[in-house]
Amino acid sequence: MSTIVFDGVSHSFGERSVLRDLNLTLTERRIGIVGANGSGKSTLVRLINGLITPDAGTVTVDGLLVAKNAREVRRRVGFIFTNPDNQIVMPTVEEDVAFSLRKRGLNTAEIAGRTQAALDRFGLAAHATHPAHRLSGGQKQLLALAAVLVGEPKVVVADEPTTLLDARNSRRIADLFRAMTQQVIVVTHQLDLLEDFDRVICVEDGAVVADGAPAVAIDAYRALLA
Amino acid sequence: MIGLYSPGHSLLHRAPTLLKLAVLSIGVLWVGVLGEPWQLLVALGIVAALYLVAGVPARAAWQQIGPILWILLIAVPIQALFAGWVPAALMAGRLLTAVALAALFTLTTTVTAVLEGFQRLLRPFGRWVDADRVGLLVAITLRCIPLVAEIVTEVLEARRARGTQGSLLALAVPVVVRSLYAADAIGEALVARGLDD
Repeated sequence: MSTIVFDGVSHSFGERSVLRDLNLTLTERRIGIVGANGSGKSTLVRLINGLITPDAGTVTVDGLLVAKNAREVRRRVGFIFTNPDNQIVMPTVEEDVAFSLRKRGLNTAEIAGRTQAALDRFGLAAHATHPAHRLSGGQKQLLALAAVLVGEPKVVVADEPTTLLDARNSRRIADLFRAMTQQVIVVTHQLDLLEDFDRVICVEDGAVVADGAPAVAIDAYRALLA
Repeated sequence: MIGLYSPGHSLLHRAPTLLKLAVLSIGVLWVGVLGEPWQLLVALGIVAALYLVAGVPARAAWQQIGPILWILLIAVPIQALFAGWVPAALMAGRLLTAVALAALFTLTTTVTAVLEGFQRLLRPFGRWVDADRVGLLVAITLRCIPLVAEIVTEVLEARRARGTQGSLLALAVPVVVRSLYAADAIGEALVARGLDD
């Protein structure tokens, strides 16, 4: 598993401080992050692959300073967004998956082979040549996952990946996260998804207020909500 | 190109994109200079034969060619009235053949293939133009068309639900604002997918 270290990280958007002096070391296989809207959890995960650079402090992935080695880090860290529509770049399903493999020194046959394997794995093979925008919401999120995993990242970070999905599709995505061999960091409001995770971190108002086994951290979060 | 591709493995599907593009260009020019109705009939026959070779479903072909017939329905009688039936028939034949040929290119070529073709065309100008970036620009533009269409639909629904129908401002402002938000999010996703170059 990769080691992700936050060292004295603070960040604010204009006047509003979203993270304050955060120190965390993430090494567990499956990590959940919970917290209210606006608590800073989306910012926290965006720091991992350098989508946001902190105002103060450093973030490292396997010793690589994210701010300095963003490209290398992003190759190791795949990111799943809440709304797959924003993540799908190419007009058709297979083209979008193949898009993740460009500039990797692979030839056309290798790209086609890996793309096909990813589509099979996520049950999208029948839609390979379909326009991406005609897929259902659940299928779009599956496509986003396929397009990220085809790049073989070591870590998968997901920011509320099931928020826009119905119960069946969110269970499907949850099962896929469980089956992944990668290190997984998931921000979610779907607390049952995290029950068998190795570690859950509860963020409130830009700081970690609970951190530990799912039962403990989720209880703390429920107490905050009450 | 946006979801118009009709999957297949025919000769036309497999032919190199640039070759197809060159044949399309020459074909359209050729059709433009044909002066005899029988020549145009031959050209139409060739195009029809190409459709059969490509094995494009009739419905997909009709979706492409159908709309031009409506234009011809209006344009042909007017042309006939002013210039006679022969020029009108020639005009109709040229337009129909050219549109059918262009549609055939669209139906048998994936967006990726078109992009690669463009990039190859631009490569000799590599010193002035970044071919990959132009390709990406085109791909994202194509991808954004259904995205913006969806935003417009949702805003129209919201406008109806709130009873502010007819107000142009109530349409334009949310569409622009939401498009800008979407652009931000897509930019972020592109970076996350390794396109920060």
